[in-house]
Amino acid sequence: MIDLYHDREVETMDREALRALQLLRLKKTVSSALKTPFYKNRLKDVGIKSAEDLKNLTDIKKIPFTTKDDLREAYPFGLMASDRDEVVRMHASSGTTGTPTVIYQTQGDLDRWTDLTTRSLVSAGCRKEDIFQNMMTYGLFTGGIGLHYGAENLGMLVIPVSSGNTKRQFQLMKDFGTTVVHATPSYMLYLHSKMEEYGYTLSDFRLKKALVGAEPHSEEIREKIETLFGIDAYNSYGLSEMNGPSVAFECEKKAGMHLWEDSYLMEVVDENTLEEIPDGETGELVLSILIRTATPILRYRTRDLTSIIPGKCSCGRISRRISRIKGRTDDMLIINGVNVFPSQIEEVIMKMPEIGTNYRIVVKKEGILDRLIVQTEVGASIFSDDARDMNKLQKRIIDNLRASITISPTVELHEPGVLPVQEGKAIRVVDERGGNG
Amino acid sequence: MKVKQISVFLENTTGRLAEVTKTIAEAGINLRAISIADTADFGILRMIVDKPDRAMKVLKESEFTAKLTDVIGIVLNDKPGGLLTVMEIFNRDGVNIEYLYSSLIKEDESVVIIFKVEDIEHGLGIVEKAGLEAIASF
Repeated sequence: MIDLYHDREVETMDREALRALQLLRLKKTVSSALKTPFYKNRLKDVGIKSAEDLKNLTDIKKIPFTTKDDLREAYPFGLMASDRDEVVRMHASSGTTGTPTVIYQTQGDLDRWTDLTTRSLVSAGCRKEDIFQNMMTYGLFTGGIGLHYGAENLGMLVIPVSSGNTKRQFQLMKDFGTTVVHATPSYMLYLHSKMEEYGYTLSDFRLKKALVGAEPHSEEIREKIETLFGIDAYNSYGLSEMNGPSVAFECEKKAGMHLWEDSYLMEVVDENTLEEIPDGETGELVLSILIRTATPILRYRTRDLTSIIPGKCSCGRISRRISRIKGRTDDMLIINGVNVFPSQIEEVIMKMPEIGTNYRIVVKKEGILDRLIVQTEVGASIFSDDARDMNKLQKRIIDNLRASITISPTVELHEPGVLPVQEGKAIRVVDERGGNG
Repeated sequence: MKVKQISVFLENTTGRLAEVTKTIAEAGINLRAISIADTADFGILRMIVDKPDRAMKVLKESEFTAKLTDVIGIVLNDKPGGLLTVMEIFNRDGVNIEYLYSSLIKEDESVVIIFKVEDIEHGLGIVEKAGLEAIASF
C-alpha cells in the first residue's frame, strides 16, 4: 500500500508531542538568534539571555515582533547566525524600498526545507511517477527553487523551465507528458487562454494537478482552473522570510492549507492590538521559523490576513490549517505573483528629478494578467518638442523601475495637474482589479 | 530667419485639443501653421502663430506644458517638384530634417513649408546660400 504521508511520524504525532517538539526547536532557534547582532539585544532586553529562559511555548510572547523593516535594517549580515563558510545559499525578496531582505541557509537548513517541500508535494497527492513542470520563477525569488528540490527528492521528473515563454511551456507539457505543474493562478488562466492560439487542445496533455501559489486567489479561481483544465488545483503558501513555498500547503482534501507546525510556530493576532485571537477569526499571521539555523526569524509579522480553521483535517495530519489569504495589512501589491511595494516605485521616481513628484500607481486586469501602470507628469522643464526624446524618457523610467521591482510597468506621461494631487501614500495607488483575482 | 514654433504636450484625451484652440482663439491669436505628432500615449501639437510670445503667455496661464522651438519656414513654388528642390539641397549639404509640415499660407504661386532641422544655424545657412527665401515672421 502506498503511504499517503511523507513522514507519518511527524505528520500524525499527537498535539502534546508536537508541542514538545516545537519547544525544543524554538529553543534551538533562540540559541541561533542570540548569535546575531540583530536579535542579541532584542532578546536580552526582554530577559532572554539563553534558550533555557524559555520555559514553555507561551514564553514566545515575551519576544518582540519582527517586521519587514527590521529585516531591511539588518541587511546584509545582521541576521546571519552561522559562520559565513557554513552558509551555502541566499535568497532575497523585495523590501519596502530598494533594500531587499535577505535569507541565508546552511546545507542542513536546505535539507530540512527540502524535506518539508517533499511533504507538501506528497500531501497534495504527487508521487514519484509524476512529471513536474515548474513554471515558477527561478532565482533570488524562492518560488521556483523551493519546490524544485522537494520534487527531485520525491523522485519526480523535474522540468525546471521557470516562468514565461508560453509556447515552450506547451511544447514541454506535450512532449514530456507533464502531470503536475507549479504556477501562479493567473498564469494557469493565461495558459488556458493561449492554448488555442498555439494550436493545442486538452487532449495533447496528460495534466492531472496544478500547485498554485505566490498570489492570493479565491475559491472561484481554483474552481475555474480545475474546470478549464479538468485537473485538481492545490493552494500553496509561503514567503521568503520563512524559506519560501511550503510554509502551508493544501492536502488532497482541499479544505485549507496545513501550516506545518513542527517547522513553524504560528500565531494569528489582531492587526491593531497585536493580541492573539481565537481560531476561526481573521487576523494577521505571525510566524517563527523553527528549522533554520543560518537566519533565525522570530514572531515575523507576515502582513497576511488569514484565520486558523478549527478542527482536525480528515487526512489525519496534525498540523492545523489556515484559510486562503484574505488580504494584506500593508500596501504591498502582488502583480502576477511578484511582490511590489508602492514605496519602491516612489523611491525610483524621487531619484529622477526630471520628472515631477506627483505620480499615481494603477493596477488593472488586462484579460487575465495584472497590469501595473505608473502615471507620471511631464513638466515644462522636461518637455521636448521631439517625440523621440519623450519616448526615451518613458523608456528610462521603465528601465529604472524594472531594476527595482523586477517587473516592467507601463509608464504614462501626463500633463501636470491632470493627476489628482496626492496627500497620503495609500491614495496614490488605485487597484482596479477587485477582490482576489 | 528663424521662425518661433510653439509645441504643446497633449494627453490623448477627448477635448484637450479643443481647449488649446480655445485658449489661442480667445486671446485673438491667429494660426499660421499647425501639425500634430502623435504616439500611442500622447501627442505633441506644433503651431506657428502670428503672436508667438503672447500665445506662450496665455498657454502657460492656462497651465499647458508648452515650449518654443526655432524652425525654418521656406517659401516654395507651388508646382510639381517645388519641395524636391529643397530636399535635394538639404540632402547634398547634409541638413538633417527632423520633421516638416505645410503652413496655411498660400500667396499667388508660392507656399510656405515649415522645417525642423537638427542644426538650425547650418540649415539656415544652406537655405540662404541656395537663394531660397526663409520667411522672418507671419
